[in-house]
Amino acid sequence: MSETPNAQADSAPEGDSPIFSAQKSGQSSEYKPRVAAFLCNWCSYTASDLAGTARIHYSPNVRIIRVMCSGRVDPTFVLKSFALGADGVLIAGCHPGDCHYIDQNYKTMRRYTMLRYFVEQMGIEPDRLRLVWASAAEGQYLADSITGFVEDLKKLGPLNWKANWEENGERAKALEDIVHEHAEAMEVQP
Amino acid sequence: MSETKKGKLALYWAASCGGCEIAVLAINEKILDVAALFDIVFWPVAVDAKVRDVEKMPDASIDVCLFNGGIRTSEQEYMAQLLRRKSKVLVAFGSCAHEGCIPGLANGNNRRQIFDTAYRETPSTENPENIEPQPKSQVAEGTLHLPVFYNTVRTLNQTVPVDYYLPGCPPEADRIWDAITAIVEAKLPPPGSVIGADTTVCQECPRKRNEKKIKKFYRTWEIIPDEETCLLEQGILCCGIATRAGCGARCPGVNSPCIGCYGANEGAQDFGARLMTALASVIDSDDPQEIDRIIREGIPDPVGSFYRFSLAASQLRRRRLPV
Amino acid sequence: MKHDETLRIGVYVCHCGTNIAGVLDVEALAHFAEGLPHVALARHYKYMCSDPGQELVKRDILEYNLNRIVVAACSPNLHEPTFRRAAEDAGLNRFLVQMANIREQVAWVTDDSTEAFTKAQAHLAAAIRRVAGHEALERQFVQIQPRAMVVGGGIAGIEAALTLAEAGKDVILVEREPTIGGHMAMFDKTFPTLDCAACILTPKMTAVKLHPFIKLLTYSTVESVEGSVGNYRVKVRRKPRYIDESLCVGCMMCIDGCVFTQAKFPNPFDQGLGKRKPVWIPFPQAVPPVPVVDPEVCLQIARGKCKQGCVTACGERNAFRFDQEEQIEEYTVGTIIVATGFKAFDPSVIPYYGYGRYPNVYTSLEVERLLNAGGPTAGKLTLRDGSTPKRVGIVHCVGSRDANFHPYCSRVCCMYSLKLAHLVKEKTGAEVFNCYIDVRAPGKSFEEFFNRVQDEGTQFIRGKVADITPANGDGAEGGGLIMNVDDTLLGTIRKIPVDMVILAVALEPQADASDVRRAFGISCSAEGFFLEKHPKLAPVNTANDGVFLAGACQGAKDIPDTVAQADAAAAKALALMDAGQIELEPNTAWVDEEMCSGCQTCISLCPFKAIRHDAERKIAVIDPALCKGCGTCVAACPSGAAKQHIFGDEQISEELEGLMNYV
Repeated sequence: MSETPNAQADSAPEGDSPIFSAQKSGQSSEYKPRVAAFLCNWCSYTASDLAGTARIHYSPNVRIIRVMCSGRVDPTFVLKSFALGADGVLIAGCHPGDCHYIDQNYKTMRRYTMLRYFVEQMGIEPDRLRLVWASAAEGQYLADSITGFVEDLKKLGPLNWKANWEENGERAKALEDIVHEHAEAMEVQP
Repeated sequence: MSETKKGKLALYWAASCGGCEIAVLAINEKILDVAALFDIVFWPVAVDAKVRDVEKMPDASIDVCLFNGGIRTSEQEYMAQLLRRKSKVLVAFGSCAHEGCIPGLANGNNRRQIFDTAYRETPSTENPENIEPQPKSQVAEGTLHLPVFYNTVRTLNQTVPVDYYLPGCPPEADRIWDAITAIVEAKLPPPGSVIGADTTVCQECPRKRNEKKIKKFYRTWEIIPDEETCLLEQGILCCGIATRAGCGARCPGVNSPCIGCYGANEGAQDFGARLMTALASVIDSDDPQEIDRIIREGIPDPVGSFYRFSLAASQLRRRRLPV
Repeated sequence: MKHDETLRIGVYVCHCGTNIAGVLDVEALAHFAEGLPHVALARHYKYMCSDPGQELVKRDILEYNLNRIVVAACSPNLHEPTFRRAAEDAGLNRFLVQMANIREQVAWVTDDSTEAFTKAQAHLAAAIRRVAGHEALERQFVQIQPRAMVVGGGIAGIEAALTLAEAGKDVILVEREPTIGGHMAMFDKTFPTLDCAACILTPKMTAVKLHPFIKLLTYSTVESVEGSVGNYRVKVRRKPRYIDESLCVGCMMCIDGCVFTQAKFPNPFDQGLGKRKPVWIPFPQAVPPVPVVDPEVCLQIARGKCKQGCVTACGERNAFRFDQEEQIEEYTVGTIIVATGFKAFDPSVIPYYGYGRYPNVYTSLEVERLLNAGGPTAGKLTLRDGSTPKRVGIVHCVGSRDANFHPYCSRVCCMYSLKLAHLVKEKTGAEVFNCYIDVRAPGKSFEEFFNRVQDEGTQFIRGKVADITPANGDGAEGGGLIMNVDDTLLGTIRKIPVDMVILAVALEPQADASDVRRAFGISCSAEGFFLEKHPKLAPVNTANDGVFLAGACQGAKDIPDTVAQADAAAAKALALMDAGQIELEPNTAWVDEEMCSGCQTCISLCPFKAIRHDAERKIAVIDPALCKGCGTCVAACPSGAAKQHIFGDEQISEELEGLMNYV
């Protein structure tokens, strides 16, 4: 069956979980950026495994998605990450020239450049999108890159993208008013 | 369908230009067939029926509602909810209801900016008292109400559940007739479907195509395109690769690039992202500086270029509001 | 997410001893998973990868009718195959399994147990949402043809071909030149043992010729390569020799019979120092021992008019075929070994060394030919005027270790320079000056050889030669030369008068390396040598399965290393051919034919040439045997027609939703 973009109307938000709401309501003053990280299987994901094996600690705010190649990272995933509440998106792949799939990471580089111009025009600081080349040996470098990215995101502050279309509750009030007005109008003219 | 079993049809117009209303008439004499098959119970532009008449109808009493236009004001949202409740089948008719279309491009701005432009800054505006629309204004006779003007244009399905989508700005007459026929003959695809082709404009485009490698993007006024080769291969930002087919490749047919009014193909989650990724991928350079230059010089307005019709339906929906 | 009532997901949280359980509350994690949609059961266990752990999964699949499995444990790169196999053992398709990496990416990288728990929840929820959209896939295998092609007939190609043939495999050996032998056939002696190159090489060349399993295609080049591992279809362009190879017995009478009484054309095998006739053979022991006619200068071919002394000499053998044309032959092979070798650096691009301007400046390869008994001077080292040099300078690192040319060390130049110093001294008694940056002699018996050459009296000057200038006049007519060198040990500039300079030139990639690279779908490293799959752990494999590397095409190396690598490549190719089949990547891309509009955006994006445009149906078609599963075309497809198994849009989107909703 086919589904069109945003087939769910806003009135029925999806994916709320007890944990999610608890986090939201219990949010303290400390802002913890949320990062979606797309790591290529052969270099960066292996680097993140290496960071783990070497017990290199890095910011726990990152959520990792494994893709076979950074070339698989569809800009849709990046935009969706922001829309879903990510404060930053990290794409990591093999160094140029070292791509497991020969030169696919150059396509990543091109899309990344394109995306930065686009998100900037949408009012998202381009630095919320980061491209990192990390070889399978660079566990420490990847860990440092993630921590560094989270630090930079702290300076930029929360993005909270969904709030952009919530209309500050004005909307619910206006709709109620219309119902009242129509009811009144109907009373005057039955 | 016999006379006694005539269906009930409603048509409505929200945030849109009105072209979709005219498009309905572009089916020409077949409109008479429509009239024979349906009682038109609500169509403000053509039939004298009031909102209160609709409010009085039992729920789900309208068989089909063709709703065009996006949702920009509280009144439009109210009407969308009302018609959703009263209709068995709600069709997002045309690009505005489907993806926000040109009105949705205003999501690059906010209410304040739009009001400033419309009521103050245009050269032809004379408004010394800074009057602008207010939801409520007191006059001697009582309170006047105006709908609330939202910051963000929504698509119809971001507002209420939608059964079918008929894309296009406006939808082609043939596609409209196909949809009406499908409704009458009860041969509709599963709910949630876009009524139309499942491929993109290139399928219908007669131009000669080859592998794509782009060294420079041209804006339409910078180049006289060759009439036979793929416009994109000539560096012209043609959206046909990502745009749902159904129009017959009309624009490329007259040497003008597709601008994407039929929206994304089946299953695609973000029209602009599809275009961005395709175009970026075929840029013919591995040098970061050159890539940057090709994009910066060739595509000065990514939002307008990639989301002319679909900004409101995109993942991000709008430009970030000032905090 | 996908709402499907038939979904029954089993979730297993591994303690990994205390590795995970020491940081995360695994019980709470399992409890959390239990509450998520479609989760039929959730357990936690001490070691999921142990036999009892796997048994648990298998039993549950059967007992509780589980149709999806999520294991929250270590990295999928470690144990994904383990749990896929366990699922398969219990009758569940192996691809309906997903791992959540809560060890390497959660427990081991933070001390903050609260944050770690939230992160683990996110990764677990993501895996559960993702696996709901997994599809059962069949494992795909391709058969491997038990036939190999070796491209390049130098020592690397010869060695690889012989090893393969001795193992009973059919081998097609393709060589561009009229003979096999490569650079090694040009050398006089080999370092450090001073074996005569021809003495050790020619038996191998003959073995190639005689081997019943080797089909030798000399004077031939690879035109195109299609297909994929197991079934490569290679088109070979066979240049005309104008002599029928099957009729020629190698008597060489035709060369004597040629109407040109004097050899007057430069012989490329002798680096142009020797001369040849229009009908010629590179060297007497050439394999095959069949002369070749140069159509540019053969009177019969070039002008259509000649007394054809060669044909007369050939007599009733009647092997000449002046109407022979280029032919394309196609071969299907299972594996390919690329052994296309190197090119000697051309030092004429370094103006200050005067090569090409001063006649007595030679390259090392030219001197090899001069020293070789089969060479143009029959092994007598002479200057161009025929005199014997008395003072010889050898310049190391010409084109190597030089930011202006090649930054890398060519690895063999120090050793062959020592060898040349020894041979020059031995043959002429000349005084020899080796000017070096460092002497790199790290091989077996190399340092000992260096000591020997020093003991023999060769002078070693540590310094890069600044320039070479004529002792008198402009030097164009020959005569003495001055090597200007900054002797960094003495701390002075020295001007060393010599009458011969030998430039120890670098080894560089062949001029057409990038065409060859593209044809075989392999990549190259920065300096242009072909890139191995992994510099340490896969030194003969390439990114293209079934294509292996041997010899100096992969990087500068000496003969022993080349032979070792050739045998390694042959062994790898053998392993593949003996297995008979290879499993394809499961995560291949495919095209939804209805959705594809044939826009051709994807075609150029695939480095493996797996996507082609079907002009008839106007759609893109992906060959699953060629697809490596990177998903780049899927991410680029503007119409959304390109899809991918296991890493589909829906699966990745679901994973993303799962991750971001539990942040």
